[in-house]
Amino acid sequence: MALEQGFVGREYPPDSVYVVGREKIREFAEAIGDLRAEYLDVEAARALGYADVVAPPTFTTIVNLAAINKIVNDPELGLDYSRMVHGDQSFTFHQPVVAGDRLALTTTVESISRRAGNDFITLRAEIRTEDGEPRVTTRALLVVRDTDEEQG
Amino acid sequence: MGVQVGDALPVLRVRITRADLVKYAGAALDFNPIHWNEAFARGVGLPDVIGHGMLTMALAGRVVTDWGMGALVDYTARFTRPVVVPNDDEGALVELSGKVGAVNDDGTIRVDLSAKFEGRAVLGKAIAVVRP
Repeated sequence: MALEQGFVGREYPPDSVYVVGREKIREFAEAIGDLRAEYLDVEAARALGYADVVAPPTFTTIVNLAAINKIVNDPELGLDYSRMVHGDQSFTFHQPVVAGDRLALTTTVESISRRAGNDFITLRAEIRTEDGEPRVTTRALLVVRDTDEEQG
Repeated sequence: MGVQVGDALPVLRVRITRADLVKYAGAALDFNPIHWNEAFARGVGLPDVIGHGMLTMALAGRVVTDWGMGALVDYTARFTRPVVVPNDDEGALVELSGKVGAVNDDGTIRVDLSAKFEGRAVLGKAIAVVRP
C-alpha cells in the first residue's frame, strides 16, 4: 500500500525536551564498546575543552528513533511497521552533544516515494538545544518492503 | 605530508553476542523484537535474531574516532545486509575497517568505511567526514 503523499513537507515541532545525562552517555558508550575518556570522565572531557562528558557520535539515535516511531505509527500515514526496515542513516554534526544539554527535535517528512513496489520515506530531524543552538541534523531513510514480492 | 588518499585505518574486529544486543537495545532504547526475540525474527522472514544496524554503524564509527585525526562532521551509512546473531557465546564476528577516500579542498578528510560479516558487506556507502 502506498504511503499517504500528503505527509511530505509535514513538520513536527518539539513536543518534549530530552536532557542528556552522564550515566546515559556512559551506558551508550559501554554498549558500543567505545570507552574514550571524554565520554566517561568529566575531568578528561573538561581538559579537552568540553563543558561536560561528550556523547559518542551516534548517541542521538536515542531521540531520533523516538521521533521516527511517533511519525511512522501515525495510522493516517498507512505504514506497515512490521515490513519496515532502516535503509540509510546520516548524521551531520554541528556542535558536540554534552551531558546537561536539553535537546529538542524538529522532524520533517522530506520525501515519500515508491519504486519496484517498495515504499520509501525520508525523515530529517534537526536536533537543537532548547535555546535553539544546533547540535546534530539526522536523516533516516525507511523502506517498507513490498508484500507481493515477499510472498512471491 | 600527513594523511594521504589510500591510507588504511586500523581494523577493528568485534564479536556481537545476544547479550550485546540486549545491552545496546537498552542503551539506545530500541526495543524492536527482531533484535532479541528469535521466534519473532523468524516470523517476519529473518533467518534468526539480527543485530541493530545502528550498532554496526556505531562500531564502524569507532574506526574513525579511534584513528583520532579530527572531529567528525558528517557520517552516513546504508544498511545493506543483516548481521545474524546466533544464541551462543561466540556471537557474530564483525570486521570494521576504513581508508582515506579523499582529502577535500576545505581540508576535511573523507574516510570510506567497511563493515563485513561472514565476508560480506553489511554497510554500504559508509562515509565519515573528519575535520582535522
